[in-house]
Amino acid sequence: MALAKRIIPCLDCDKGRVVKGVKFLDIRDAGDPVEISKRYSDAGADEITFLDITASSEGRETTVHTVEAIASQVFIPLTVGGGIRTLEDIRTMLNAGADKVSINTAAVFNPEFVREAAERFGSQCIVVAMDAKKVSAAGEPNRWEIFTHGGRKATGIDAVEWAKRMVNYGAGEILLTSMDRDGTKSGFDLALNKAVSESVSVPIIASGGVGNLQDLVDGVLLGQADAVLAASIFHFGEFSIPQAKRYMADKGITMRL
Amino acid sequence: MNKVAVIDYGMGNLHSVAKAVEYVGKNVTVSVTSDANTILQADHVIFPGVGAIRDCMGEILRLGIDEIVAEVVRNKPLLAVCVGMQALMDNSEENNGVKCLGMVSGRVRYFGNAQGSETGALTDEQGKRLKVPHMGWNMVKQTDKHPLWAGIEDNSRFYFVHSYYVELGAQEKASGVTEYGVPFTAALNKGNIFAVQFHPEKSQHSGLQLLRNFLAWDGSI
Repeated sequence: MALAKRIIPCLDCDKGRVVKGVKFLDIRDAGDPVEISKRYSDAGADEITFLDITASSEGRETTVHTVEAIASQVFIPLTVGGGIRTLEDIRTMLNAGADKVSINTAAVFNPEFVREAAERFGSQCIVVAMDAKKVSAAGEPNRWEIFTHGGRKATGIDAVEWAKRMVNYGAGEILLTSMDRDGTKSGFDLALNKAVSESVSVPIIASGGVGNLQDLVDGVLLGQADAVLAASIFHFGEFSIPQAKRYMADKGITMRL
Repeated sequence: MNKVAVIDYGMGNLHSVAKAVEYVGKNVTVSVTSDANTILQADHVIFPGVGAIRDCMGEILRLGIDEIVAEVVRNKPLLAVCVGMQALMDNSEENNGVKCLGMVSGRVRYFGNAQGSETGALTDEQGKRLKVPHMGWNMVKQTDKHPLWAGIEDNSRFYFVHSYYVELGAQEKASGVTEYGVPFTAALNKGNIFAVQFHPEKSQHSGLQLLRNFLAWDGSI
């Protein structure tokens, strides 16, 4: 009897449509986040993360409706991230049916926001997303920094220290993305993940770089992740969620099968 | 028509539980409300809760929810969820100690100070450190044949997210037990009360089945 490690598919959405070309072989309308969330939930996804990349405010209205629609039909935890900047944004998403919100840039610009959010809504629904990039030179001890703007802007903030601080402020979970690995399909940055996981008490979701099922296993066993987030390997139908869970279970990881 | 009231005392997301009940219910109307009359006229009442216990208890007492809940359990089924379950107990260690409703005897304890652990950190059987909050899908061992378990396999996984857990008084009855460093009460029953630490509304098939069972339950065992 043990807590299962989680597999979390991530949907990047723009104006209520899934982008990054999600392709299920057997659905015609591949861009509908409600349909896709249902598919993943039926396939055994342990949670869904919905990342809103919509820029306009009208578009964000659509996002709220999409979250409502997902929450009416999908009965596993739903995290909504992207553009969460105010307590009002959090309230709107929780009222729409999100179980957690993920705060990224707003935490960097105003760390107190995380504290206020956790105090008001409880740590259980506050995920801090951090985008980290390795800044140490070869031969030096590993060091990672927090980056913003999709990995383009350095902040000078040490990633491990940042994670500790965010947990002190009340983050209930850390979504840790390696900007070096994101989109490369070369596996998670395991050293980064392990360093952060060992330094904080809360669960870590590893993200960025999954190319195959062994990467998921390594994320848990070597990177000490409590959950693994992946988009493209599932979206393109390369691997299914049941296949991934079975593979991980065969390697000795406790999964919900 | 089965009237279901979800007690709203301003703490967190009640949309999920209302939607899940609407999804599984036939001929069900769901009200998310703090209105005493609506709650007392319902056939089934759900007592949810998220966030910190001090704030929850503060709102429960301010809105007179304590009296409403006491009245509800005299003659109708009540399902308490997560912090709603914890609020039923005598007291909680959270927020430097908070007095709770005392409807079920026992106390609410923090995972981090597990008994028998030298360092105070929570560990599994192999001595590996466990993360707090306890977040994710864990197994619930059913310890009775309560009607709310109908059609749910023993040791099914449910979704949990909490840092504090219920330690039941000796005279009370657990309906389900889960291990996370320590064995803790994942479900309990007392007369018309069934209470769960996990989130049935987020626990997919097993959770929806439990909600379906609750809607069909008349409070007797």
